[in-house]
Amino acid sequence: MPERLKVYLIGVGGQGSLTAARLLGEAALRSGVEALVSEVHGMAQRGGIVETAVLLGGYRSPILGRGAADLLLAFEPLEALRALGPLKKVSPKGWVITNTHPIRPITVSLRLGRYPDLERAFAEVKGHVKQFLKLDATALAQEAGSPLALNMVMLGALSATELLPFPVAALEERIEAFAPRFAEVNLRAWRIGREAIARALAAPAAS
Amino acid sequence: MPRALKEKKGERLLLLGNEAIARGALEAGLGFATTYPGTPASEIGDTLARSARETGIYFEYSVNEKVALELATAAALCGVRALVAMKHVGLNVAADAFMSTLYTGTRAGLVVVTADDPSMHSSQNEQDNRYYALLAGAPLLEPADPQEAYAMAKAAFPLSEELELPVLLRTTTRVSHSRAGVEVGPLPAPEDRKVKGRFHKDPFRFVIVPSVARPLHKLLLERLERAEARAEESPFNFVLGEGEELGIVTSGVSYSYVRDALEDLGVEGRVSVLKLGMSHPLPRKLVARFLGSVERALVVEELEPVLERSLRALAQELELKVKIYGKGTGGLSRLYEYDPDRVRSAIAEVLGLRDSEPEPVWTSPDRLPDRPPVLCPGCPHRASYYALKLALGAEFEKTIFATDIGCYTLGLLPPLAMADHLLCMGSSVGTAGGFSRASDQRVIAFIGDSTLFHAGIPAIVNAVHNRHKFLVVVLDNRTTAMTGLQPHPGLEFCATGPAPAVPIETLLQGCGVRHVHIVDPVDLQKATAVFEEALKESEEEVTAVISRHPCVLLSSGG
Ligand SMILES: Cc1ncc(C[n+]2csc(CCOP(=O)(O)OP(=O)(O)O)c2C)c(N)n1
Ligand code: SF4
Repeated sequence: MPERLKVYLIGVGGQGSLTAARLLGEAALRSGVEALVSEVHGMAQRGGIVETAVLLGGYRSPILGRGAADLLLAFEPLEALRALGPLKKVSPKGWVITNTHPIRPITVSLRLGRYPDLERAFAEVKGHVKQFLKLDATALAQEAGSPLALNMVMLGALSATELLPFPVAALEERIEAFAPRFAEVNLRAWRIGREAIARALAAPAAS
Repeated sequence: MPRALKEKKGERLLLLGNEAIARGALEAGLGFATTYPGTPASEIGDTLARSARETGIYFEYSVNEKVALELATAAALCGVRALVAMKHVGLNVAADAFMSTLYTGTRAGLVVVTADDPSMHSSQNEQDNRYYALLAGAPLLEPADPQEAYAMAKAAFPLSEELELPVLLRTTTRVSHSRAGVEVGPLPAPEDRKVKGRFHKDPFRFVIVPSVARPLHKLLLERLERAEARAEESPFNFVLGEGEELGIVTSGVSYSYVRDALEDLGVEGRVSVLKLGMSHPLPRKLVARFLGSVERALVVEELEPVLERSLRALAQELELKVKIYGKGTGGLSRLYEYDPDRVRSAIAEVLGLRDSEPEPVWTSPDRLPDRPPVLCPGCPHRASYYALKLALGAEFEKTIFATDIGCYTLGLLPPLAMADHLLCMGSSVGTAGGFSRASDQRVIAFIGDSTLFHAGIPAIVNAVHNRHKFLVVVLDNRTTAMTGLQPHPGLEFCATGPAPAVPIETLLQGCGVRHVHIVDPVDLQKATAVFEEALKESEEEVTAVISRHPCVLLSSGG
């Protein structure tokens, strides 16, 4: 098991990435691994970018430097590209897991900008990071029983990488305890996400 | 029960910096807490609000920061430990009262928390409130992380009592909004918590007319001398490492970046660090000793060169030869929050090391589209703007829209584009008067319900009395939405239970506004008709439309 991990989560307001980050932090701390989770919250409205850093294994800086993330967990594909490109968050030795389901920002509907060609961009990114993994987490959440379980799909996906510096069971336990009323759906979503990435990693094309 | 309260002594829990402050204060025997919400301070008040019943403390969301501070001051004079929390610009609102509290001093511990917002993640400026400590003469504590935020909140009360001065606890977004493992201590039993005291009269100390104020200023300076002595031995001020090549003086979250940078660069052995947690009054002896022990010094502090200037002055006074680096070194500037790269580049520069900037792993051929936050689907503010836009028709272009702070400020963005000017909370109504007097354009002021109570009322009175002519639209969504759905005086409940409402319509009428309309913006046709009528009336005198419909997050449970 690695000793440390720097995760950068990016998504759109309302997708539950803050909760995902908190559960990661709690699972680590309960396993005796130092955790630091930094969030920027402010606006109650929906639709803005939400960035969170989760630093596991004894870091002090609450934010990530450029090229510092060992793992990018992107809840929305345009935001994955933002993290990889202009925000320069991801290490060339880093892993990327991204949801492929786009959420078009208002600037695109107002024709103030164009949504990027994802196929092309992803093909370009692929060779420049250690692992590039994608899944339609939005559809998988739906399949698990609720679009709100998107964050659990993403955590499941992350858990399949074997990059976590604490036992995966600790995270599963947090997910189960998090919202007892939705535990069944959440655990199903977690398992579906986990299996999707495990399969991708087992396929010979992934390397 | 909030998480910050659940756990028992000795346990480590993942706490937000703001929750850690609430926990520290509660452990210290806090009896009285007030706030006006504002990012990044809001969770301090919200956590205390949810703890009020179990702990027995008095808690309120006050109408604004000035009133909140005045309440807390009075409580502390009754012998009850008190805390007031606000965002950095909130201290501007409370500044008049704050300045005087340093003269009158306190009896029980009084802690004023200011949460600053370097980089302006959710604020109109990035003012450095450490200047308030210098301006007012307040002892200042600056935590670097949630664990220290907890410890400082707890230690601030006895410190305040010992010095008989309010203590300013200053956090920043990255401290307030980071979660980290915090080891908590025991909470006092409810019966041991002092929530009521007694006010012992002493008018020649507490009524600061000029003849009283003069000796009080002298007393303040004496108290600050004692405070400096406390800073010299404070456990929050310490030296780390023994390297002599470079001495880094740092405070707040910058300390965390320094620690990681030293590890990254592998130079821990060459450097020593003076971490100042109680940074005002400056522990001059400690700083002088430190400066005397190193070849070069680098000051790493976000925003203003507050420590840097003090260090330069001290070095000049003591004729120290040490070369002092600060703003302008590497990535260090007065702008925006620091990060690991900015701090590492400065340390590398002073040590003559190469620090390479990593290339992005991917470069976009085109600029990626921005993603600004937008009003929620079904937001009543959008409906209000839309109805008003219809009522204005062709006049839209010529109208000046003086807006204010809240979710509704997003009316700035196209396609609504209904915001032309904003300064601070409450500025819409005041500036509308100015715009209407100094131009012949039509003027409309937008103000939220919470913002109206906070800072709009004097400006309304002013507009009526001075016969300004404009339309005020009160965007009444029955909550303080932007900062997390806190209640306000217009509602039938407060943080801790039912409360008498102060209805906005009678308030406006009481201020002398003769035309006060109430509409539900979701009823578009009716709302447009009312706006049309009100626009006509506002050509003759200040006129108000209360556009009332609850925020959609209220029904969805946030
Ligand atoms: C002096 C000051 N205090 C606090 C804040 C933080 N703040 C921004 S808007 C706002 C209130 C918003 O409430 P309301 O006017 O009801 O508008 P809504 O967000 O509900 O639309 C607050 C507290 C601030 N910007 N300035
Ligand atoms: S939180 Fe409420 S007031 Fe704010 S944008 Fe959403 S619906 Fe509108």
